[in-house]
Amino acid sequence: MFELLFVSAPIMNVQLLLEGIFIGSVFALSAYGLALIWGVMNVKNLAQGDFVIMGGYCAFAVYQLGIHPLFAIPVVIVFMFCFGWIVYKLIIKRVIDHDMFVSLLATFGLSLLLQQLLNLVFGPEVQTLDSQYGVFLLGDFVTVPKIKIISLVIAAAFATAVVIFMKRSRMGQAIRATAQDARAARVLGIDTDQVYAFTFALNAAICGVAGVLVSMIWSIQPFYGIIFSLRTFAIVTAAGLGNLPGVIGMSFVLGWFEQYAGVLAGAEWQIAASVFVLIGVLVWRQIQARRHRQVVR
Amino acid sequence: MTNEKILYLGLGIFGIVGPMLFPNYTLQIAMLWIMVLMASTWDITGGQMGYNSLGNITFFGVGMYVCAAIQVSMFYDLAEYTASYGAIKPVFTESQYFIGLILGIVAGGVVCVGLSLLLGLAVFGLRGPYFAIGTLGVAVAMREIVTTMDTVGGGAGISMPFLPLPIEYRSLFFYVLCFLLAVAAHFTIRWMFSTQFGLAANAIRDDEDKAEAMGIPTLRYKQFGWAVAAFYMGCIGAVFGNMSGYIEPQNIAFPLPTFGIFMVAMALLGGKGTLWGPVIGAIAFHIVKETTWTYLLDWQYIVLGLVLIVNIVYFQQGIMGWLKSMYPEKFGIVVDKSTNVSKGDA
Amino acid sequence: MSENIIEVNNVSKAFGGVKANVDISMVVERGSITGIIGPNGCGKSTLFNSIVGYHPIDSGSILFEGNEISHLVVGDIARLGMLRTFQQTRIYGEMDCVDNMQISVSHRPGSQATMFASRRGEIRERAEQLLEFVGLYSKRNLISGDLSFGQQKLLEFAMALMNEPKVLLLDEPTAGINPTLINGLIDRLRRANEELGITLCVIEHNMRVIMNLASDIYCLSNGKMLASGKPEDLQNDPRVIDAYLGGH
Repeated sequence: MFELLFVSAPIMNVQLLLEGIFIGSVFALSAYGLALIWGVMNVKNLAQGDFVIMGGYCAFAVYQLGIHPLFAIPVVIVFMFCFGWIVYKLIIKRVIDHDMFVSLLATFGLSLLLQQLLNLVFGPEVQTLDSQYGVFLLGDFVTVPKIKIISLVIAAAFATAVVIFMKRSRMGQAIRATAQDARAARVLGIDTDQVYAFTFALNAAICGVAGVLVSMIWSIQPFYGIIFSLRTFAIVTAAGLGNLPGVIGMSFVLGWFEQYAGVLAGAEWQIAASVFVLIGVLVWRQIQARRHRQVVR
Repeated sequence: MTNEKILYLGLGIFGIVGPMLFPNYTLQIAMLWIMVLMASTWDITGGQMGYNSLGNITFFGVGMYVCAAIQVSMFYDLAEYTASYGAIKPVFTESQYFIGLILGIVAGGVVCVGLSLLLGLAVFGLRGPYFAIGTLGVAVAMREIVTTMDTVGGGAGISMPFLPLPIEYRSLFFYVLCFLLAVAAHFTIRWMFSTQFGLAANAIRDDEDKAEAMGIPTLRYKQFGWAVAAFYMGCIGAVFGNMSGYIEPQNIAFPLPTFGIFMVAMALLGGKGTLWGPVIGAIAFHIVKETTWTYLLDWQYIVLGLVLIVNIVYFQQGIMGWLKSMYPEKFGIVVDKSTNVSKGDA
Repeated sequence: MSENIIEVNNVSKAFGGVKANVDISMVVERGSITGIIGPNGCGKSTLFNSIVGYHPIDSGSILFEGNEISHLVVGDIARLGMLRTFQQTRIYGEMDCVDNMQISVSHRPGSQATMFASRRGEIRERAEQLLEFVGLYSKRNLISGDLSFGQQKLLEFAMALMNEPKVLLLDEPTAGINPTLINGLIDRLRRANEELGITLCVIEHNMRVIMNLASDIYCLSNGKMLASGKPEDLQNDPRVIDAYLGGH
């Protein structure tokens, strides 16, 4: 395989690079959402991947009704937003002030709950939704399913919309103010609880959209969530909060790494590859911190 | 007699007499001791030290596989054996089996100690949630790596050698092993925390920066604590592998969504950071689980997730924490009535 | 045995665009009590943090007993015998006072605190003696988090003594203490220095305290070393007076 990729058919690299970008763009959505709630309310959501898978299953449900999954996107946005709001009010709100392991464990409990619920409702089979858009051929060796291009465009457009929202709207400003200094924001009349609820709900919606895309360009299964969560953490830890270009870049890097690992080492190594990246990032952060006489907090 | 002595007597009697009184439930009671061990060892670094690991299950699985590999490869070629998918049915003499088992258990424990020291280098520079996620990642990584290793059966796993004892003694044999390991773990932990080690662990939990600034070599304590946990988890993993008769990476060796999280849930329920908290939590958890499991059917894990969330959100201090706040004197906590008035200065 | 237990040579530290310390040099003589003063924001705490290993320095060198320590982490420096107390007073809030003291025992090689030393032996005795020394013996079994602020400060000081350090860096030890109790604290600081031989380096805002306590004083201003010398010299130094009262 190695020989094939780098000697006899280098054009295959184009295929892998494209695949990396397509799936990386979805990772980037999820990572942006995580960075958002991490930066604003210091919540490390271990259920992030499960939110994504849940979005995918919403698309699946729509698909079962005979409707094309792309049309599920607006439905998913609304549904996941409301879901995120409810989760915030019932769970997140109460653990937000406590020590960080508590909030992490609460989201881990949520992750378990969601996994099992999805398993109960939809069954343990791996699902991919057929968009029936056909493929696009680049030369003789590179096939690009059209849905992947559409997915990339949607991901980029959605992300841009969210970023503009954050920069221009009142709520976006309130969110950024609260992220910088919650107490100051409260003093100035911002209802921080409202801001937190909105941010968490927004994150859920972002994950939902990512999930719809994943269901079409990749696959979903009730227990895939935790791996997705670990990937997202790896990206955010590597790029750092507030570093949007870094998040996007790292998402693509992870996407590429997984593609190459899957092709060079075998499909069963793909999951291990993403976890290795996580561990690698954590180790690298420690080495970095140590040079500053610190630890990774 | 103090409350604690009563507890020891009660549990001790139950431990010895239980399987005789309820022979059909021997393996269930054995599971109880496994849970007690898991929760107690988790709490060494978790509740006592503040390093909440979500990946201790790694050692459970590694111990299991090391033991299985030793048991089989002492008398057969391991790769051939696993490749045959159970076609080769090993017949062990009693001495072959027991030597393999004992060696396997010890090796499982020792390998896990080494593994914990190695992994510790990668994760002990991380604080709080990073440590939890890092250890979770390690557990997932280990599970995936084992799945790819064909020598140990890959995704299909290993069929374990059969215990050459009459069937009525089989459960009892494993029960005794589980009980002894749980007792050994408990008293090891009890001794550790009665020394300076316990103070250092709690200092690391309360304010690690202060501990470092006072010259406490925190890494050494973290390593030791995790190594003890790893040892016992490895040993119990080895025993469990033999108990279940068949091991595979997803559900038996590295069961992240079940045992992996149970140990944390039990310690939290009983009260983390205490000697008895994890024990009580494990007992309560196990009893409730066993009695309700069959009624809940498909909803088992959903209810578990809900219980976990409710516990974390509303009952963080756990049973022991609740008892301590109700009856502080019984736990040797001295409350100075005179300082309650104001927090002015000296 | 060098005369200067701490030597700070041309140390600079900037945070982004803010130059917190610019080319600072000072020495602390073994067995002395040295003071660091200066108006708010002049860089005293930054200097402290640089010495104890809290952050890396941009340039310069810091010597402890003749050895370079500017690349070591906090724990290593503490184990060499240099401790610091915190302005906001940090103790182990969930443990009782005696336990706070016991765990503060020195972890340097050759000390009696092995990993599994008993909690009921000599270490405990010494802990109780030191609690007596600071006047907290009656509170020894209380949870330290329940003590008043002043009592916690005394506990933190006692914990530092328990560690038998060679040098103790104190960050504003009298801040937040009731004035009537300051004399008691000063007295204990002096006794720690004279009887236990601990070198002290103190950041202080209270002029009365530091002028009476210290034998040498360094005054910082705007990140630079402004003046240094004996207390009586600095008290009358127009530059020092200016830095505190006047504009800059």
